[in-house]
Amino acid sequence: MAGMVSITLQNNDEARPVIESILHDNPNANANYMPGAVKIDCPERLVVKAESVSERIGRDWDPQEIHLTIVSMGGSLDEDDEELVLSWGA
Amino acid sequence: MTPPRKKKMNLKQRYALMTRGLDWETSYQKMDDVFPYDTFEGIKITDWSKWEDPFRLTMDAYWKYQGEKERKLYAVLDSFAQNNGQLGISDARYVNAIKLFLTGVTPLEYQAHRHFSHLGRHIRGVGPRVAAQMQSLDELRHAQTQIHTISHYNKYFDGFAEFPHMHDRVWYLSVPKSFFDDACSAGPFEFFTAISFAFEYVLTNLLFVPFMSGAAYNGDLATVTFGFSAQSDEARHMTLGIEVIKFMLEQHPDNLPIVQKWVDKWFWRGHKVLGLVAMMMDYMLPKRIMSWKEAWEIYFTEAGGALFEDLSRYGLRVPKYADIATDEAEHISHQNWAIFYQYTQAAGFHTWIPGDDELDWLSEKYPNTFDKYYRPRFEMWREMEAKGERFYNNALPQLCQTCQIPMGYTEPGDPTKIGFRSSVYKDERYHFCSDGCKDIFDDEPEKFSQAWLPVHQIFQGNCGGADLSDVLKWYHMDQGIDNMDYNGSPDQKQWDAWQAARKKVAG
Repeated sequence: MAGMVSITLQNNDEARPVIESILHDNPNANANYMPGAVKIDCPERLVVKAESVSERIGRDWDPQEIHLTIVSMGGSLDEDDEELVLSWGA
Repeated sequence: MTPPRKKKMNLKQRYALMTRGLDWETSYQKMDDVFPYDTFEGIKITDWSKWEDPFRLTMDAYWKYQGEKERKLYAVLDSFAQNNGQLGISDARYVNAIKLFLTGVTPLEYQAHRHFSHLGRHIRGVGPRVAAQMQSLDELRHAQTQIHTISHYNKYFDGFAEFPHMHDRVWYLSVPKSFFDDACSAGPFEFFTAISFAFEYVLTNLLFVPFMSGAAYNGDLATVTFGFSAQSDEARHMTLGIEVIKFMLEQHPDNLPIVQKWVDKWFWRGHKVLGLVAMMMDYMLPKRIMSWKEAWEIYFTEAGGALFEDLSRYGLRVPKYADIATDEAEHISHQNWAIFYQYTQAAGFHTWIPGDDELDWLSEKYPNTFDKYYRPRFEMWREMEAKGERFYNNALPQLCQTCQIPMGYTEPGDPTKIGFRSSVYKDERYHFCSDGCKDIFDDEPEKFSQAWLPVHQIFQGNCGGADLSDVLKWYHMDQGIDNMDYNGSPDQKQWDAWQAARKKVAG
């Protein structure tokens, strides 16, 4: 069984373009909405692409801005200037 | 002529420069003398430079993002206070969960601040040292923002005013306090395993995600905001937790048995402490989002399952007694609420019997256990209350020497039989609620035989006197105001008056 990775973000205006990008860029991702937050699960690997978020907000988005809206995560994380990746086995 | 624009460094280069680049090897003092605490536990580290912070957060970026988080949070808190946010919560019973949070959890944030500050000085590797420094500041921020948020409730509700005093004295608060005292009196690698891995990575989601979502659902704008603001730091702490485990396991094969023992110990201890949160979620939120059992399935069984499957490549296995903890998720909230109902006279928050709709919800969420074992008990107590014979337990309970919880938990597989275990150490017998707690004691009897057990201390005359009223005074609890049932409390009278005024305005 592939290990699930997950990221939980606040469900607010600042996080919405990030949530949208994740769901667009990870076709197998599944969003679970709860009051105030969204938990997005994905088998094996989940990527947050700076380019996708930037397109949606009309300015350069720095992956470190994730610190403003992240609530929790599951998986091993790797971050650089372009993307933030959650996976197992890394 | 203007010089060519300098190329910006990328994240990895900045991180290398702003952490590794700030470190140095000592010359006129031995490194072992400068960092005296990071070897005695037997953890072997051959190359500290292999440590990697996955977020690659440097101090300058840290200040930038934390500053922004603080501005947002305080705008909400200020607005909540200015606009009488306390009027908008679902029900005043909800506030009792926040009382337990402030007295039980907030002081732990402060303890974490202190100990991460210690690690931020005493860990030899610069990567984890910088991460510990940031976490130390985070934890101080959490303590401050929680106190600040809750100070607003303190203006209107009882039970908050003496929270630091209570944390050091009250019987049920010794459960979270002793958990942290145990971690802070351990070595640095055990502390990392206890707090960063077992608590922050494996278990803390159970507290901060569904409970804070519950705060949002119950109209508590202030608590959900500090909760999620703290949790954004928590995601970083989780990466520290998982990195420290991988780092220890990658550095030397001899580290595995030590790490496994700590993972077993701290999973079990954390699971017991979180029983308080189980009760907050199942009984104290007037509007509920998920049961403790459901939260356990999502955050331990599923998320923990994926985590331990990943860590199995290092030889690490699922914590010992994880199956028993999962079995207990069917029982722990009901058994804890029953304990507090029986001892409401000595609790710093109010208790109640759930209403019919709430009992129905519990029956639905716990189809295997609630109707069979717990609903009849609550219904009987409700009948006794109606007849003017409200049940109080006036005998002080025996406590587990390790987790310090009253021995009210049942045997695995038999919810009708209370579990008891014991060990003899230096001619004295010590008592435990479970095999997990007994194993922990048996491994470190010198440490746990010194535990400050509230019931023993009362019997020894160290808690203000022999009567309940003496002990309550020593706790700084006001009789008839801070303790006893919600029905008939000053909190209830005030809330009902607010609701009546609201109806009047509505006409």
